[in-house]
Amino acid sequence: MSVVALLLEPLRHDFMVRALLISALVGGVCGLLSCYMTLKGWALMGDAVSHAVLPGVVLAYALGLPFSLGAFVFGVGSVATIGFVKQKSRIKEDTVIGLVFTGFFALGLVLVSKTRSNIDLTQILFGNVLGISAADIQQTWMICLVVVALLLLFRRDLLLFCFDPTHARSIGINTGLLHYLLLSVLSLAAVAGLQTVGIILVVAMLVTPGATAYLLTDRFDRMTWLAIGSSVLSSLLGVYLSYWSDSSTAGCIVLVQTGLFLLAFLLAPRHGILCRRSS
Amino acid sequence: MTIRIAAEQLCVDYNGSVALYDASLTLPAGCICGMVGMNGAGKSTLFKALTGFVRPSRGRIRINGLKVAEAQREQAVAYVPQSEGIDCDFPVSVWDVVMMGRYGSMNLLRIPRQSDRLAVRNALERVELLDLRDRPLSALSGGQRKRAFLARAIAQRASVLLLDEPFNGVDVRTEKLMAELFLQLRSQACTILISTHDLSHVRDFCDLVVLINKTVLAYGETSEVFTPENLSQAFGGLPPDVLRGQTQ
Repeated sequence: MSVVALLLEPLRHDFMVRALLISALVGGVCGLLSCYMTLKGWALMGDAVSHAVLPGVVLAYALGLPFSLGAFVFGVGSVATIGFVKQKSRIKEDTVIGLVFTGFFALGLVLVSKTRSNIDLTQILFGNVLGISAADIQQTWMICLVVVALLLLFRRDLLLFCFDPTHARSIGINTGLLHYLLLSVLSLAAVAGLQTVGIILVVAMLVTPGATAYLLTDRFDRMTWLAIGSSVLSSLLGVYLSYWSDSSTAGCIVLVQTGLFLLAFLLAPRHGILCRRSS
Repeated sequence: MTIRIAAEQLCVDYNGSVALYDASLTLPAGCICGMVGMNGAGKSTLFKALTGFVRPSRGRIRINGLKVAEAQREQAVAYVPQSEGIDCDFPVSVWDVVMMGRYGSMNLLRIPRQSDRLAVRNALERVELLDLRDRPLSALSGGQRKRAFLARAIAQRASVLLLDEPFNGVDVRTEKLMAELFLQLRSQACTILISTHDLSHVRDFCDLVVLINKTVLAYGETSEVFTPENLSQAFGGLPPDVLRGQTQ
């Protein structure tokens, strides 16, 4: 079978077309956000938020609300809790993060087992982009549009906020607002990512593309394009790989992302370890 | 005489531990003031209060007669960070960094106008970095980086400049250039507050000195304040050798 045929054959199935489109969309959006996450050093925060949305998703399902709403409330709520505990106690931030998100996640697990509903836990934990419903597709589109709009509108302010919050503050920019804006966007993106790769692996979508791009350039604009590009490519390739090999879609997407990161880590023109050694 | 910075009986505490108490300070327009004190004496706390990062538990601050938040909206305050406080690998160019000084005067999308580009260009010329404007920040030396942040403050056209340890790890050329720039800015009625360990710089070109140890210990003309007694008080009664050398 030729390469073209190999690529076209899966497109005969509607579920594959849908999965490719949604994965690419979510990949692109998370890729853009991942630039800010890596530069701000919020990988752990991304992990926390993505796990903490579980009880929100379960409650929203049980109450018949859009699950993105529940996820959003709990995502932002977990971050607010982290901030509050950190401020009011002597415990260090990474401990507080570990403590709070596992607490939320555990609550979610208990709720799943106690709620009489058709929630499929595996689907939430590991994603199920091949079986995504029409309503979920619509929700994902809405979320992605909101996230991209916010990131584009505030891209320079957010960049400054990541780079030098003291300066941002001293020229009268509301850094508290930017902090919560970025967190809200993170919660929303986590919900979108949850659709494709599930709660456990969504942090990869929010970190890996940015880290890969960061090794390849010293320019922010180029970094965003590289992150989006590598993320979209990983999503598409991952979905195909999972189809050909009949294996976990989430696993394949994240594996491709990790593979691209390894390539950059070894071969990046200036920051790759092989090129640094030879120069 | 225009007053640029007026702090009255300022108290700042973090979760119950006092960082600064009863600190009062008045700085007129057109002066260079050195702020001297040990680590943890409250220098950065005072900067944080002046940039609105911490809210004083008591006392008040006026900058150009305005509250801190209002003065910030007027772009009156520029903060030049310590090199350690900045991620030098951040993917921004020198031009981008200096343009950030203009954000406060731009619209919400921060799209630069011609006047913003001119201000950035002019600031880069003044710190002799125009040739390196497209370089990423990571490709600069420590001194060049310092100059880039100074250019940002110049591009902002602030009347109050707060500099955190500006002479740490800079080359001779940068040091000379910064000293000249400080004098130029002073003649343009800017007020420059420099936090530093380095007493020789303070003696060389600061008009005023403020000694800090949890509060303002002494404040006034450099020649009057730089006495062995004051300095030993600021440094906890045990003036190090460096210090003794400076004051003889």
